[in-house]
Amino acid sequence: MLLEYLDLAGDRDERIQMLIDIASRFRSVPDFIATRPFPKSHLTPACESEAYVWCQELPSQALKFHFAVENPQGISAKCMAVILDETLSGESASSLAQVPGELVYRIFGKNLSMGKSMGLMGMVSMVQSCAKRYLASGKADRRLEGSREAGSGSAVP
Amino acid sequence: MSAIEERGYASTDALVSTEWVSQHLNDSNLRFAESNEDPLLYASGHIPGAVEVDWTRDLNHPLRRDYLDRSGFEALMRRIGATRETTVVLYGDKSNWWACYAFWVFQLFGHTNAKIMDGGRLKWQNEGRPLVTEAANYPSSDYQAPERDDSKVRVFRDQVLDHVQAGRPLVDVRSPAEYTGERLHMEAYPNEGALRGGHIPRAANIPWARAANEDGSFKSADELRAIYTGENNLQPGDDIVAYCRIGERSSHTWFVLTYLLGFQQVRNYDGSWTEWGNLVNVPIERP
Repeated sequence: MLLEYLDLAGDRDERIQMLIDIASRFRSVPDFIATRPFPKSHLTPACESEAYVWCQELPSQALKFHFAVENPQGISAKCMAVILDETLSGESASSLAQVPGELVYRIFGKNLSMGKSMGLMGMVSMVQSCAKRYLASGKADRRLEGSREAGSGSAVP
Repeated sequence: MSAIEERGYASTDALVSTEWVSQHLNDSNLRFAESNEDPLLYASGHIPGAVEVDWTRDLNHPLRRDYLDRSGFEALMRRIGATRETTVVLYGDKSNWWACYAFWVFQLFGHTNAKIMDGGRLKWQNEGRPLVTEAANYPSSDYQAPERDDSKVRVFRDQVLDHVQAGRPLVDVRSPAEYTGERLHMEAYPNEGALRGGHIPRAANIPWARAANEDGSFKSADELRAIYTGENNLQPGDDIVAYCRIGERSSHTWFVLTYLLGFQQVRNYDGSWTEWGNLVNVPIERP
């Protein structure tokens, strides 16, 4: 739905404004999942906006994603985090493991720098990896190091 | 960081401070231009009155791997309402990578009335200075540009090959891992645009970021000389080629060497590693 909404943009400026509006909905990872200093194991490789990614198993056994973006200018990373959360949270792990990295180009267009592409694709890759780990574990019955009980599910390592 | 005038640069003509910009926001002879890697940043907030110069849309040729031509540059400058006499003050994200890149492209058309705002967008923002979201619009100008002249600050692959064979100095401003060929790409990213890893023979590895402070401002002349001349024996009279992956990081180093240290012949190889690392039968060094 969110991706179809972006397709309605009439031009580059309108699309950028839509993406900025989406980024404004960003909320950093809740304390019950992680607190600073965040473990480097959740840091997105090659992302200069210092985006961290966590996934949480919901009681329904679906996964929900949480993000932190430590660079104050990381507005594209925040936008990507919101889109990943709003479009993928609740999907099955097997679907999440197949999310294509090209999603980045559908959202931001193809005129991204290599550095920006790698950082944003890295966030997608982190989501994939989390889903694959969840699948490999059979069931996420371990707690994320440093995370606390939330009563609404458990963090996937 | 000390005032720009106290840092001992060879010239301060091409560098202004955030404070200087804040005092000249209403100067009609100036045009502030933001150039970023992140395409969302300008629209999310920019210096009052600043226009956007986008590195892909505004500076690159729409089809070929090249920069815009004379008519394209005229169209850009007319759009932002600049004349040949307008001083364009560029700033942006990533410690002014893309601002320096735009500044360098401006030199291909002889627009020497250009400056970089020290520290870029982040420094301005961190100092609590105003940002606005309204896009700035100016009456179109009648900008007349000369033909693009690549000879002074740009260099092509055959010239680089001659440069290597003549034993003249090069600066590879990429990360050490890219320089050594350890990394062509990140895991899970099959294509970063080069088939071979390593560096152009005899190039010194001086990552661009060594010239920048934590806040994105440029280091002092003494600190820069210690890096480029002291550690790497580059001299102001040397004929130097700088390169990175596509020429944007090396624009930053080109600016440092040319304007802050006063080196007289520094050229940017914008083909950089995405060209050299794909060329057939050119020499490559790896440790």
